[in-house]
Amino acid sequence: MSEAAPLLEMKGIRKRFPGVLALDGVDLTVQEGEVLALLGENGAGKSTLIKMLGGAHQPDEGEIRINEKPVSISSAKDARDAGIAVIYQEFNLVPRMTVLENLFLGREKTRLGWIDERSEREQAIEWLSRLGLDIDPDECCGDLSVARQQAVEIARALSFDARILVMDEPSAVLTDKEVEKLFGIVKELRENGIGIIYISHRLDEIDEIADRLVVLRDGKRIGTREVTETSRDELIEMMVGRSLEEEFPSRDVNVGEERLRVENLSRGRFVRDVSFSVRAGEIVGFSGLVGAGRTEAMRLIAGADVRDRGIICVDGKEVPATSPRSSIASGICLLSEDRKGEGLVLNGSAVDNFGLPNLRRFSRFGVLDETEEREEFSSYTEELSIRLSSADQRVGDLSGGNQQKVVLAKWLARHADVILFDEPTRGIDVGAKFEIYQLMNRLAAAGKAIVMVSSELPEIMGMSDRIIVMREGRIAGELKNTGDLAPEEVLALAMNENAA
Amino acid sequence: MKRRIGEYGMVLVLIALCVLFSLLTLNREGAMSGAGVERMVGEVSRVAGPASTVLVVGAVNKVSGEFATKVAEKLNAESFEKIQTVVGNPRDLRLAWDEKKAAGIVPVAIVGGGDVLNWTVLTSILTEHPEVKLLSPTERMQSDFLKRSNLLAIVDRIVVIAVIAIGMTLIILTGGIDLSVGSLIALSAVIATLLMKAMGGLEASPWAVLLGFVLATAACGLIGAAGGFLVAQFKVAPFITTLGIMMMARGGAFLLTDGFSIYQVPDSLTWLGQGATAGIPNTVILLVVLYVAAHLFMSHTRYGRYIYAVGGNEEAARLSGVPVKAVLMFVFLVGGLCAGFGGCIQASQLNSGAPNLGMMFELYVIAAVVVGGTSLSGGSGKIFGTLIGAFIISVIQNGMNLLGFDSYLQQVVLGAVILGAVLLDKSRQTGGLSKLLKR
Repeated sequence: MSEAAPLLEMKGIRKRFPGVLALDGVDLTVQEGEVLALLGENGAGKSTLIKMLGGAHQPDEGEIRINEKPVSISSAKDARDAGIAVIYQEFNLVPRMTVLENLFLGREKTRLGWIDERSEREQAIEWLSRLGLDIDPDECCGDLSVARQQAVEIARALSFDARILVMDEPSAVLTDKEVEKLFGIVKELRENGIGIIYISHRLDEIDEIADRLVVLRDGKRIGTREVTETSRDELIEMMVGRSLEEEFPSRDVNVGEERLRVENLSRGRFVRDVSFSVRAGEIVGFSGLVGAGRTEAMRLIAGADVRDRGIICVDGKEVPATSPRSSIASGICLLSEDRKGEGLVLNGSAVDNFGLPNLRRFSRFGVLDETEEREEFSSYTEELSIRLSSADQRVGDLSGGNQQKVVLAKWLARHADVILFDEPTRGIDVGAKFEIYQLMNRLAAAGKAIVMVSSELPEIMGMSDRIIVMREGRIAGELKNTGDLAPEEVLALAMNENAA
Repeated sequence: MKRRIGEYGMVLVLIALCVLFSLLTLNREGAMSGAGVERMVGEVSRVAGPASTVLVVGAVNKVSGEFATKVAEKLNAESFEKIQTVVGNPRDLRLAWDEKKAAGIVPVAIVGGGDVLNWTVLTSILTEHPEVKLLSPTERMQSDFLKRSNLLAIVDRIVVIAVIAIGMTLIILTGGIDLSVGSLIALSAVIATLLMKAMGGLEASPWAVLLGFVLATAACGLIGAAGGFLVAQFKVAPFITTLGIMMMARGGAFLLTDGFSIYQVPDSLTWLGQGATAGIPNTVILLVVLYVAAHLFMSHTRYGRYIYAVGGNEEAARLSGVPVKAVLMFVFLVGGLCAGFGGCIQASQLNSGAPNLGMMFELYVIAAVVVGGTSLSGGSGKIFGTLIGAFIISVIQNGMNLLGFDSYLQQVVLGAVILGAVLLDKSRQTGGLSKLLKR
């Protein structure tokens, strides 16, 4: 590419969240009239990076320059003033308002305090037609198709004279035809000298639309390539490649009887005909892209949502699974991916959270035996080495790892036989991760059936005996995790490459 | 530790208010008033034993005469044997003194106040016998606020609100609200008194009163539970559900009575709200029993824990196997029961039932809960906090009454206090007022 001064330059960007280093010295440049693809696994740091451009996060270290001038972006307004527009996967449109009202939201044209709709409409039609869109400005945004809503977002972004457009997986929600149209718009913008950052999981798209690409992994920039000079295999390797040894504790697998069996589990378009089984002592990993239906499937098994159809059996006995209560009673428990939203009462104390599913056991005629509860909790604190200042410590003040252990303790006290871990190490630092892995191994060794959903491929590869890959609500394939399984095979299944 | 203080910070507010009103209502207590008599009796018993002779002197048809009679009565009641009362003019005192002297007795003390102190007879006796003590009543500062009768009035005034606030605390802890309690007071009072009327009216037995109370309370509990069902099963917002019930219950109370009050009730109705057991007003006993029970329930039972968990994070509670729907129905059931019982207390205090009782009470109840530190978003709060909140409201009203505040001004002040309490709560949550301002 040309050596002209870059339109946008990010240098040495570093960002730390509690317990995680999300970005570790990332460099990135975008030229005028260039489409830069940003690639990486889930959690590689892509969203954090673009949220910095949108003003939602600020870098701890590093510099953002536009046209060689350093800028500080601490709000959405700053981003707009700097000429950056970010289109997130969740649109920023008010569904009940018309296209016109949305386009002018926050900057209505007024005359003596009255909205001057006529000149607004003229302006709106001009903006929309510039993108070749024939959208009625008076239509309600909520009534538009997703693709057209996206187009309205783009039109609004450009109406602020944005020179840098960031799009987060714009094609994920579109049909093939709509994607083609989107590409038309993107190419047009490129002609006009706008710099575009394009995030996508679909490798074949990258070939068609991008000029250059940057791969992120674990918050680091792995490399940059001209699209014409790279291969699909190289890209996958850049995205995945890392050694799995020593990050995961080893264990002896001693597989027993079948404990969990799921047949034809379905709910709407999220989970379609999912069937699998897990044996005692086995850890089964669920891989796939975000939105592939893994979490939804786990919620059905745990009774958190009600399935349309399907059978769930534990130890050969069918589970009603119509409510969390019935699933828990049959020995199934779920460690939710949303620990704070679904796993814990953050304002409650550690021991209260621990007791919640077990209160029936700790009470006689409804009156609690708190001594018994506390004694049992302290035995679990020791066993799982949960670090607390006291059992009454507010659980929201604990670190991610200790929170996860409190959740685990409450289910272990419930003597669950089937444990569903959904993203068990999300937001947890490396040391605590290792401990969680050890615990999972210990539980498996004790004859429990364990299912682990994870978006981190190394975690799936390092921990599972078998790997089930989901795609678009279905099971795309099942792989035995023997020593010679290549991560590329898993990724290919998840991304619908014709590898498996 | 800091958290503990924060949780009960309202106690300090309540104490401060009590001190403030005690000082502001300080008054000169009349020397020879009822309390003066009491003090004098105490003084006599310090100076003289039951066997010693004491002259109690007062001018006839004057305050001092009345005072003397009362003091003598009291002393006799406390088994002083040789009390001689002299109510008359100076000559009577001289005669009485000489009589004693003839019998060879010198009284230990002479009690007298007011006009008696100006009698020359008295002065000459005292100069003759310096060993005789003169006990005369003195004035003293006394706080109207701290008078027993006033303190009991505070309790009387707040008991209905405080009882209902127990149920409201449970509901608000789950993140809900109940607007229907004011109307339920009226409905309950009307149902209870109508039943008593039907079972004999003025001649009805105490059992009829009891039955009326039980059925009226149960009816309100049922209504509350029905509202809870709508909230839990159909996810209707508690605000709307209870708004509907509020209107229906109020209308129902008027329909049942054609808009009239019901006075055909037996005397035994007043026992609950106006009577006393072993010298302690029943309302006081009731408050203590109910609040202790509620506190134990919330802190030591399974359902108490569930209520906090549902309010803290409903989804996490549900996924932990907490029967969320049952918990929601339960709190609204308790809310209805408390409101119904509150209505019975109100009827007992007024010795009648009327469909316009309890107007606006729901707002006072909610205010008591919020001032008591329970968060409207649910999950945090304490039962005793609510009791303190209720007392803060009552003390402010009472204090302003004593100071002669205009009733409209009282509303303004009360409203400001409620806002202040909520701000205090917010600043506690965000960790200090300075942080709150920075947001």
